[in-house]
Amino acid sequence: MNIRHLALFCGSFAVPALAAPINGQVRLDGSSTVFPISEAVAEEFGAMNKSVRVTVGTSGTGGGFKKFCAGEIDINNASRQIKDTEISECKKKKIDFIEVPVAIDGLSIVVHPSNSFVTKITKDELKKIWEPGSKIKLWSDLNPSWPKEKIALFGPGPDSGTFDYFAEEVVGKAKASRTDYTSSEDDNVLLKGVAASKFAMGYFGHGYYMANSKKVKGVAVDVGKGAIEPTEVNVANGTYPLSRPLYIYVSAASAAKPQVKEFVKFYLETAKRLSTETGYQPLKDDGYKSALDRFSKGVTGKASTKPGSKS
Amino acid sequence: MNTEKPITPETSVREAILDTPFKDNLDRRNFNAKIFNLVILLATCLAMLILGLLLWRIGEQGLPWLNWNFITSFPSRMAARAGIFSALIGSACIIILTGIIAVVLGVSAAIYLEEMSAKNRINQLIELNIANLAGIPSLVYGMLGLAVFVRFLNFGRSIMAAACTLAIMILPVIIISSREALRTVPPSIRLAALALGATKWQTTWHHVLPAAMPGMLTGIILAISRALGEAAPLILVGGVTYIAFLPNSVYDSFTTLPIQIFNWAGRPQEEFQAIAAAGIIVLLGLVLFTNGIAILIRARLEDKNRW
Repeated sequence: MNIRHLALFCGSFAVPALAAPINGQVRLDGSSTVFPISEAVAEEFGAMNKSVRVTVGTSGTGGGFKKFCAGEIDINNASRQIKDTEISECKKKKIDFIEVPVAIDGLSIVVHPSNSFVTKITKDELKKIWEPGSKIKLWSDLNPSWPKEKIALFGPGPDSGTFDYFAEEVVGKAKASRTDYTSSEDDNVLLKGVAASKFAMGYFGHGYYMANSKKVKGVAVDVGKGAIEPTEVNVANGTYPLSRPLYIYVSAASAAKPQVKEFVKFYLETAKRLSTETGYQPLKDDGYKSALDRFSKGVTGKASTKPGSKS
Repeated sequence: MNTEKPITPETSVREAILDTPFKDNLDRRNFNAKIFNLVILLATCLAMLILGLLLWRIGEQGLPWLNWNFITSFPSRMAARAGIFSALIGSACIIILTGIIAVVLGVSAAIYLEEMSAKNRINQLIELNIANLAGIPSLVYGMLGLAVFVRFLNFGRSIMAAACTLAIMILPVIIISSREALRTVPPSIRLAALALGATKWQTTWHHVLPAAMPGMLTGIILAISRALGEAAPLILVGGVTYIAFLPNSVYDSFTTLPIQIFNWAGRPQEEFQAIAAAGIIVLLGLVLFTNGIAILIRARLEDKNRW
């Protein structure tokens, strides 16, 4: 697979990859959700290009964009699309960016493994639970046939890209969420919380759920097209309603540097294999090809369509 | 009371004690003292038990992963191949630089405030501020470091910027403890030196400072241990999480042990949590090593200081 990609890409661009020795720095920062993929790419790239110094930071999608728009890094890992305020911030510093989708991440709704009454949940029910000022306290408040037990809620805190995504996608408004739940930026804390409490519910990244699917139970989500289980297949093909693309944003000025150009190309060639290996879902096959196309042509700005999204 | 015995000073005191109601009270007070001893013994045991539990848990998780490869490899997406080399070297470089900057500045400031300065309003204000600075959360120092060292002084996101930030962070602790140490040097030492014609500077450098040094080192050990364990301010200053090369200069990018451990501990796969525990053991080792050096120096200095 990898060799085919490499050959395809050598053929179509007539640039023999990794032929001429390249050096210099490639600086990445941003989302800790995208970090495992970027780390894997950096590791493989570094093994083949020993004189290129790649660093990957984890200061969050927003924190990364601050550095990106200050011209301090070459590439920002982002678990959401760039915001308008961030675009204008970049414009002020005359930083153009190329948006490159690299993988798909789902968001899983999880309950305690012994919970047998919740088999699926609708988006409306999720909204009722999580909207600001929600009055839902017991499972029976949501569905009279469910037990009269308190729902113990676990979710990421407001600095997380996962929180942003959930608020916008489920509640329908940026940053809108109830606040009386156990919050942590560390998914491991959420996982342990849900696994230890019989009537708990929580949400976090799909990759985290897949790695721990024996400790918690993933709940199927229904948005009117039937209940969709949070499986790898459903996330990858976009039928699972709570899935989002992950991006890297490449500074146009940096993309002109040979080491950054080679790194991004290498990223797109290996992303399919490495995103799977690190617990994410790859884009559909043409996703990487069109991303590479856009990058090679140097198309700046946001991509018009979200790859792999439900529409 | 036997009034027939001759009354000597010893017997009178003794009998006065024996014949008063104090006797009963003494038993009760002894009993109270025993209870108090028991309580503080329990408190110590509890603290040790918690420490022991933590160490046992970390040891159980991390020891199987701790080997020479782990120490000499760069990080990797595969836990079995991942190592802590760049973080260990980063932490070591930063702590050496931080130590030099903080000790030179901190001890100088303490000497000025304790030995040289007049007790006027400005100095009182400085003292008050230093005491306040000791209570500021480390993240705030990170923001200061980002604005001053990374951007204004243009050190970039480098080892130098990180070391300066950590040095500023631990300065208050070093200054306060160094002043305490200077205060324990008896005034007679200063007066004797001055009386023999030594200048203020000679007195301080040759007599007061060596005498205070062991006490100062205790504060320095605590401060440096704290700096070694910090992750939050360094993430702000620009510590990266993945780095697979060693620094060429102090203006190079870096990562440190706490940043690497924090990242591994947050990964979904259990092997990463195990190598996080192995990383904690390495960090503990580094803290013990640096403290060991400082304790050795302190012991040698204490031997020398015999008036």
